[in-house]
Amino acid sequence: MSDSHDEMYKEHLMELYKSQANYGRIENPTHEHTETNASCGDEITMQLLVSDGKIADVKFHGSGCVMSIVSSSLLSDKIKGMHISEAINLSKDDVLELLKINLNPARLKCVTLPLYAIKNSLK
Amino acid sequence: MEAKRQSKNAFGIAIMDNESAKKLKEDFPIFKNNPKLVYLDNGATTQKPRQVIEAIKEFYENFNANASRGLYGISEKSTEKYANARKIVADFIGAKSEEIILTKNTTDSLNSLAYVIENLIPKEKDEIVLTEMEHHSNLIPWQQLAKRKNWKLRFIKIKNDFSLDIGDAEEKINDKTAIVAFTHVSNALGTINPVKELVKLARENNALSVVDATQSVPHMKVDVKDLNCDFLVFSGHKMLGPTGIGVLYGKKELLEKMPPFSFGGGMIKNVSYENSEFADLPEKFESGTQNIADALALAEAVKYLEEIGIANVEKWEKELRNYLLQGLEKIDGIEIYNQKNSSGIVSMNLNGIHPHDVASMLDDYGIAVRAGHHCCMPLMKKLGINGTIRVSFYIYNTHEDIDQFVDAIKKIKEKFG
Repeated sequence: MSDSHDEMYKEHLMELYKSQANYGRIENPTHEHTETNASCGDEITMQLLVSDGKIADVKFHGSGCVMSIVSSSLLSDKIKGMHISEAINLSKDDVLELLKINLNPARLKCVTLPLYAIKNSLK
Repeated sequence: MEAKRQSKNAFGIAIMDNESAKKLKEDFPIFKNNPKLVYLDNGATTQKPRQVIEAIKEFYENFNANASRGLYGISEKSTEKYANARKIVADFIGAKSEEIILTKNTTDSLNSLAYVIENLIPKEKDEIVLTEMEHHSNLIPWQQLAKRKNWKLRFIKIKNDFSLDIGDAEEKINDKTAIVAFTHVSNALGTINPVKELVKLARENNALSVVDATQSVPHMKVDVKDLNCDFLVFSGHKMLGPTGIGVLYGKKELLEKMPPFSFGGGMIKNVSYENSEFADLPEKFESGTQNIADALALAEAVKYLEEIGIANVEKWEKELRNYLLQGLEKIDGIEIYNQKNSSGIVSMNLNGIHPHDVASMLDDYGIAVRAGHHCCMPLMKKLGINGTIRVSFYIYNTHEDIDQFVDAIKKIKEKFG
């Protein structure tokens, strides 16, 4: 029994999960990458629309656990309007700050899945 | 100079019921140290009764010495106890002592076998038949052997009801088949496979049969003579024993023909700088200092199970399974993958909810289950799912454990709305 689960499935995160904010597809993305976690079957695709070096729009689709979906929603918001040079340097600490929770190493993979999808799409 | 310890479990009556399961729980220190723990992950590993834990302590504190080497009292005792442990394990599955090779676990047993089994195979044979429901440990060693020998791997299909397609087995097992390796009870689905039928098919085609009994030996009567299989493997830690000890059973005449897979001390008769003559069975396959303490503890685990009676274990798990299925019946949106089976493994999913989320949330209620692909990635892919939630029982599980699980599932479903 770990205390972090109570935090993990806090109401606001569950609400965010149910709202599926930023879930969907961009018609003509300039950047796109799919990241998978074979051990749990999660698969997240991030689509970005970049114009003049800035991220104008972001959407994600795929399937995953609460943590990977919520992280995808929040990261999409975070990078909207950001310069790509800034977005490519985001770290796992930035993701954890967005979620405001502690995670065990096994679940860290879930929340960093969209992060790596973004970074790899910009490479 | 043996330390005094109770050899009897807390059980002491002939029939397993909810009261006796509760009483058995008292033998397991982990439940005293984690009073809220509801442990339903016995397919992964079982908890250990104090009798097993004490056996390890007793060895190290009272007669720790290398077996089969020292010419002094405690070494002789260690040797005798190690041989006796092997005998107890052999008797448990109806084998002869010399047919029991002690290994690290099932994976180790299967890998070791896959290194040398080709020496028993006639040249014209070049196919290995497995099933679609194998654990990675009964898949990858054979994959590697097939690659090494340029042999073909074939997989017996599973049907829509998650049972094995025997018609397909009859087609795939033929005169080209060198080895038929299959699980007795699927760790992911709980399916109980018709071992005798598969062994018979293998034998009719002059192929060797390898049974992965990891999920059967701890839970039901398994007799190698009755099954008539060539090889059978299992792990100690899934049957109340410690980690790091497992079994490779082989028919005597096959083990005699098969060369060793590991070389060094303890497995020889005579050595010169140029050549070595190997020991007789079973030492031929046990190089280096063996895991004496855990072998002794495994024997203690077997004794513990025998006191309860393996038929009682099987019956109680069936009862728990029915009780769980009744509890889940009233909840909508649950897919159970193996309704028809009678093993102590129930695999399920809550519609639209990731199994890892369910497992994490169950942990909030103190409930331990396994969620994910269960080391059966190709099977999950075939079923079109990313994993399942697996409940797996053992002797100390009670109706109350299941009530808590069912209540928690209801609450989790509410949370997802």
